Amino acid sequence: MRTLPILLACLISFLLSLSVHASPAQLATEPSVPELLTKLTKVKLNKAIPVLKALEKQGGEGILPLFKTMLKGQLYYIKKTKALVAVNKVDGEKVYSDIFSGNILESMSKSSVKKIRVNNKVRRFLRESIARTQLSATDAEARLKALSSLLSKLDAGIIQTIKTLKIQETDEEVLALMDVAIAMFTLSNSSDSKERLSAVYTLSGRLENEVRNLFVKVVEQERDAKIKVAAERALASIEQRIEKFQFVDKLFFGLSLGSVLLLAAIGLAITFGVMGVINMAHGEMIMLGAYTTYVVQLMMPNAIDYSLWVAIPLAFIVSGSVGVLIERGVIRHLHGRPLETLLATFGISLILQQLVRTVFSPLNRQVQAPSWMSGSLDINPVLSLTMNRLYILAFALLVFGLLLLILNKTSLGLNVRAVSQNRNMAKAMGIKTDRVDAMTFGLGSGIAGMAGVALSQLTNVGPNLGQAYIIDSFMVVVFGGVGNLWGTLVAGFSLGVANKFIEPITGAVLASILVLVFIILFIQKRPKGLFPQKGRAAE
Amino acid sequence: MKLKKILKSVVLGASASMFAMGAIAADDTIKVGVLHSLSGTMAISETTLKDTVLMMIEEQNKKGGLLGKKLEPVVVDPASNWPLFAEKTRELISKDKVDVLFGCWTSSSRKAVLPVIEELNGLLFYPVQYEGEESSKNVFYTGAAPNQQAVPAVDYLMNDLEVERWVLAGTDYVYPRTTNKVLEAYLVSKGVDKKDIMINYTPFGHSDWQSIVSDIKKFGGEGKKTAVVSTINGDANVPFYKELGNQGISAEDIPVVAFSVGEEELSGLDTKPLVGHLAAWNYFQSVESEANEAFIANWKTYIKDDKRVTNDPMEATYIGFNMWAKAVEKAGTTDVDTVEQALIGITVPNLTGGTAVMNKNHHLSKPVLIGEIQDDGQLEVVWETNGTVIGDAWSNYLPGSKDLIADWTAPVSCGNFNTKTAKCSGQNF
Repeated sequence: MRTLPILLACLISFLLSLSVHASPAQLATEPSVPELLTKLTKVKLNKAIPVLKALEKQGGEGILPLFKTMLKGQLYYIKKTKALVAVNKVDGEKVYSDIFSGNILESMSKSSVKKIRVNNKVRRFLRESIARTQLSATDAEARLKALSSLLSKLDAGIIQTIKTLKIQETDEEVLALMDVAIAMFTLSNSSDSKERLSAVYTLSGRLENEVRNLFVKVVEQERDAKIKVAAERALASIEQRIEKFQFVDKLFFGLSLGSVLLLAAIGLAITFGVMGVINMAHGEMIMLGAYTTYVVQLMMPNAIDYSLWVAIPLAFIVSGSVGVLIERGVIRHLHGRPLETLLATFGISLILQQLVRTVFSPLNRQVQAPSWMSGSLDINPVLSLTMNRLYILAFALLVFGLLLLILNKTSLGLNVRAVSQNRNMAKAMGIKTDRVDAMTFGLGSGIAGMAGVALSQLTNVGPNLGQAYIIDSFMVVVFGGVGNLWGTLVAGFSLGVANKFIEPITGAVLASILVLVFIILFIQKRPKGLFPQKGRAAE
Repeated sequence: MKLKKILKSVVLGASASMFAMGAIAADDTIKVGVLHSLSGTMAISETTLKDTVLMMIEEQNKKGGLLGKKLEPVVVDPASNWPLFAEKTRELISKDKVDVLFGCWTSSSRKAVLPVIEELNGLLFYPVQYEGEESSKNVFYTGAAPNQQAVPAVDYLMNDLEVERWVLAGTDYVYPRTTNKVLEAYLVSKGVDKKDIMINYTPFGHSDWQSIVSDIKKFGGEGKKTAVVSTINGDANVPFYKELGNQGISAEDIPVVAFSVGEEELSGLDTKPLVGHLAAWNYFQSVESEANEAFIANWKTYIKDDKRVTNDPMEATYIGFNMWAKAVEKAGTTDVDTVEQALIGITVPNLTGGTAVMNKNHHLSKPVLIGEIQDDGQLEVVWETNGTVIGDAWSNYLPGSKDLIADWTAPVSCGNFNTKTAKCSGQNF
């Protein structure tokens, strides 16, 4: 509703410009807005910027909706009339609307409209142009964003605007950033050394890239000794702070890699750790979970945001039941013969891969990210945590907690523990070990399926998805100690963090090699992993 | 509905492969070997090329075949296993007696095939962009050499986007390493400081890009315009681009130009966060030309899927096949030596509205296009070379190969002829 007056204002300005159009003298010198708009539909991509510049000059704020639609790549024109329209996709249906009024137009055939192409240069111009007008936006968040995007492009005109806007600014963050912009401009352009020195003080402690780069430049080129010293000191303190945040960043990367490892390995920790079955098809259970996500998204293309909530339980059921099938059909008959089990499950893994290849084609499938999982949480200019990683970290911990609960608080858990500790004794007590085996295997596989849903958000959904994670999963389980869930948790996170701290020094290739070498040495020393099982159960 | 479609495709696929296997070998056919992985990691890319060759053969047969004989495909599956490529080549040439081979994707597989194909004097068309530094008498390279892809892309970034800092990121194997060596030498020759070049390698299928992307962000945040030149291969691209999007790196800040990402790779990806990133190829599906429209229509009918896309290696296969067919007709025989000589200088139309010429060094002349990724997964051309660029087998920017040329016509007839010492090194490739 609030946008209505603005839209009206646009319309009026638009009409005004139309009336300006009428005077022929004006027409000869500068083309009017409607003329420019038609020109926009004809001009070649590399000649579009002059037209846009003229539009910005002529149209003022009224042109903003046009620029915004164009930036989003939703600007089309009707081939016949050359009129511009915005094309939005709502619930999978194309909706055509007028750019300036926002009125929904009748739907048109796809061939009657043509898209107005944009490239990086145009996008950059549009973004800057929008930022210039957004400086006086009503939303503080928008003002802040506009200001920070202008920091690298400060000139006298912008500073003047900022100074006038500053008088009525109320938001503290915006005010601070305005001061930064003014100080940056003073430091690089003023000749008054006192003013510049105070600018250095205003700027010290700010984490913005632009501020740091300015200081680097000042330290290199400054002639005034006082300012140079102050700048050096400011730069050192900024760098110290940045280093601190980068440490946090690395830790987060490590934890998030750890959470992926944990998710991939936790199902295996049950089948391999508790049941002692070396399941080479574990990776394919993950893959099935990821494909379930894909199928779910195919079924509900208009509700991608909720698709994961449907996919998680469904993936558990799909992978879980395949797991039960494998256990009943193959592994049960190979009980106590680890080598044969290994070979048989390896065969199953190949069969499942080829099956997926035939059914879904060997190409990767596209799994969309729900909007709430994209983007990042910006804490400051140096530190930002990506949303999808945060969610997956939380999800991994949740799954881990649930699993602990199942194993420790339910009768199934009790049975599982009993069978894994002493199969014959459990049998003698009347536990149906066969059933427990199938349920355990199903549980492990189902959890792998849930991991697949999470991984579909990070990596390729293709026939080879499982292979990429099977080695890592075994590594985590062996390192953590077979049969110990807590061990898997600690192992997953410590391997993740170690990997991320080594990687910047040695590169990704060497980092994973080093981690492997470390595990080999560790296993030599402690063959039973970090947390070996104790007592008679371990025999 | 969906299930029915899937079932149908399964049945069709099964019957198609049975047909290929069961085709009775007759003497009055010309045999065409298809050596592309249909299983394993490379199946994702190579299956498409197998289908392209089969489509081309079908079309040629509709036109009456070659020299009055029908063409007969012999499809094998080297299963993304490099030594198996060599074995299957031997099998195809000595047992199946194929007259020509279309195949390979990775450089590793091509290197495995080379000794066999030279020993048995076969003929291979290799349709993928590669690192150069090779020219064999028995191989025709219809993909791009580095000077037809990497170097022009860097030129574009340097001149049009005014890039001053460079991240060369690649997967850790022969193609990225050689290409990056060429690029680094080229950048240094253009006056770029070594401090402004960051080189990074990652393993195959790398999926955790957090720290590398954050390093790139830091490297790019130091005041100079930065671009990433990516030779990251295959599957690893998807998580890489996802991470770029999530960490908020847009194409306007740090553009990524990729040499291994085409329409097919993009079709498995949510492209919204990637809009504006670049790719350099010699062909894009979006190029408007009559030949291209016909090719796309044929492909969609052949594969019975309206959503399938076309890509650069498919165009290279198309050009290679047409050149071979034309050369066979010109030579009047399928004998390898005669066809090899007939191929040099052959011209066929390419799909972007120009003509492809087979040069003396067994490489093609191609236009170089740079495209920006659009939100529909297509690439829109933003820059192209004037006319075509001749493929250079030996890079001019590497110290070891500066003086080498390849020329398979008399009197040189050598794949690595040293112009300074006027000697052929004797090594065949």
